[in-house]
Amino acid sequence: MKKALKNIWNWVDDRGGLSELVKPLTTHLVPPGSKWNYVWGSATLSCLIIQVVTGIALAFLYQPSADVAYQSLQYIKNQAFLGSFIRGLHNWGASGMVLLMGMHMIRVYLFAAYKYPREMSWITGVVLMALTIVMAFTGQLLRWDDNGVWSSVVAAEQMGRIPLIGDSIAHFLMGGENINGETLNRFFSLHVFVIPALLFSFVAYHLFLVFRNGISEPPKVGRYLNPKTYRNWYENMLKEKGVPFFPNAIWRDAVFSALVLIVLVFIAWFVGAPELVGAPDLTNVKVDPKPDWYFTWIFAIFALMPRDIGSYVIMLGPVLTITVLLAVPFLSKGGERSPLKRPWAIGAVAFLIITICGLWYIGDVEPWHPKFDAEPLSEYTTVPEAKPSVQRGINVFNTAGCLYCHKINDQGGIRGPNLTNVQNRLTKEQIIIRIVNGAENMPAYGGSLSKEELEDVVDFLLKDKKRSNPNN
Amino acid sequence: MACNCENQNPPNNNKESLDRRSFMTRITLGVGAFFAAVLSFPLVAAMLDPIIRKKTEVWRSVGKLTDFKIGETKMVTFENASTYEWSGGIARSAAYVRRKEDDSFLALSVNCAHLGCPVRWVEKSEIFLCPCHGGVYHKDGSWAAGPPPRGMFDYEVRVHNNNVQIKTQNIPITNLTS
Repeated sequence: MKKALKNIWNWVDDRGGLSELVKPLTTHLVPPGSKWNYVWGSATLSCLIIQVVTGIALAFLYQPSADVAYQSLQYIKNQAFLGSFIRGLHNWGASGMVLLMGMHMIRVYLFAAYKYPREMSWITGVVLMALTIVMAFTGQLLRWDDNGVWSSVVAAEQMGRIPLIGDSIAHFLMGGENINGETLNRFFSLHVFVIPALLFSFVAYHLFLVFRNGISEPPKVGRYLNPKTYRNWYENMLKEKGVPFFPNAIWRDAVFSALVLIVLVFIAWFVGAPELVGAPDLTNVKVDPKPDWYFTWIFAIFALMPRDIGSYVIMLGPVLTITVLLAVPFLSKGGERSPLKRPWAIGAVAFLIITICGLWYIGDVEPWHPKFDAEPLSEYTTVPEAKPSVQRGINVFNTAGCLYCHKINDQGGIRGPNLTNVQNRLTKEQIIIRIVNGAENMPAYGGSLSKEELEDVVDFLLKDKKRSNPNN
Repeated sequence: MACNCENQNPPNNNKESLDRRSFMTRITLGVGAFFAAVLSFPLVAAMLDPIIRKKTEVWRSVGKLTDFKIGETKMVTFENASTYEWSGGIARSAAYVRRKEDDSFLALSVNCAHLGCPVRWVEKSEIFLCPCHGGVYHKDGSWAAGPPPRGMFDYEVRVHNNNVQIKTQNIPITNLTS
């Protein structure tokens, strides 16, 4: 029996050349010391594999049609066997892929592995990053809840900022001049066919380059990279000290990827995918569209940009980012590779991480967001023994939209200044001027409040004790 | 016979053979390009059709004249110009219609001029607020605060046989210079 199997294998291998195909990959030598810092790329690839498998599973359950996509997601979430888990794993797999891709890029940048002769690895990597981001965006939109629908509007609007062809690209994405029955199918086709085809091609090429040019050796302080002699030096180094990729290097990739899978399965099972918000409906304006976590920092940039340059940032931001990234291997060529001797590289990465984390925080808090669901101030608990004008003023404050943006004690929005102690900062006249004329980020209320309402609300604002509890 | 190859004689006329080869190379590349063009055309046509398709605009009634009080802003909904049986909940759009003090009508698109999110009307303060990035507009749709680079977009509106009608149009796309 054993012999028969062996004979079959020998025949298949002789005619099919499987060993020939795999052997160069497994016996391929890698530099010694390429240890745990070299697992990020393979972990990103593992996430892609998770995405492909869970994506195919979801495609078997999902209905890519504008009228029933939302219902089919309810079905996946509530009824389909393991549906909720599959959706969760696809969601967190995407998060993992974005995060690990970022780690991989940072590692490659800090170790200057993009330098000669691996420039094309970096360039294809930048393309892969862009494709991954497009996949993440088109993916969250396929939920086709009101968040998904408005995300497709936001995508079209962003494209609209491109000069000359902006409108055409926007209409290309929406499948017409409006969100309509074609919109979802277009994003579905992009997410499931077009972008994956590009992604797989570039991943294959990216991997081919790893084998062709070899894994970059860990940098050493004082060892300069000279493009004229590097390839010879690298080959000799491999001959002397190289270790086979399989199993000396790949075992770490395998262990780390397995760890990533375990973590993702765990989160998918216990946390699950984001809740679906309301059914798609363009006539429902009581919505609060917001992207998934990996985009909230960009969301924050859009809100914080000064009005005059906002449109240019929306248009030029992505273009400049991609251009700068593509230029990296041409701006910094040979020389030192160790991050210890490249303080500016460390500074740039630190600056980027701090900026993005700061924007993440701001995007989460959304200080520009009117708090539509703010709990109204209650006239009796807010101001003890208030006179009638103050009570009317509280009512104006509750109903005129003041509360959406201003806080009194712990109730209200945070878009505008906290008004709990405004009586100490501004005089009566200053408060009236501000309300009537508005300010840079506050609408003028002069035309909409009656004289009495204005006086009442000012009476309330000037009150010394705007307390939530009279016993405090 | 040591080899079962059919012809072991190398071509003796090198020049002729090179000409022939470059001809075959060109034929192959040409046929390949033709093949790619024939296949690309339907793909590109299917993808670009929505851009070049003829624009449709229709008047839709959004209410009786008497439904609108002077000075009042009201949200109305109407069916989009081109819908499909499978459009579901997105076959209809919304707009804000205001019967102005001079008895003329103003119809504003609900889409924020910043990135298209739907703005809400806050009646008491007579402003429109955007939930996404905090854009604010006055009751006439002009910019009041926040990131939008311009005021709200408006629809053509008319009174026809005592019905208030809106002319449907595309989702307004804000361009770089607007």
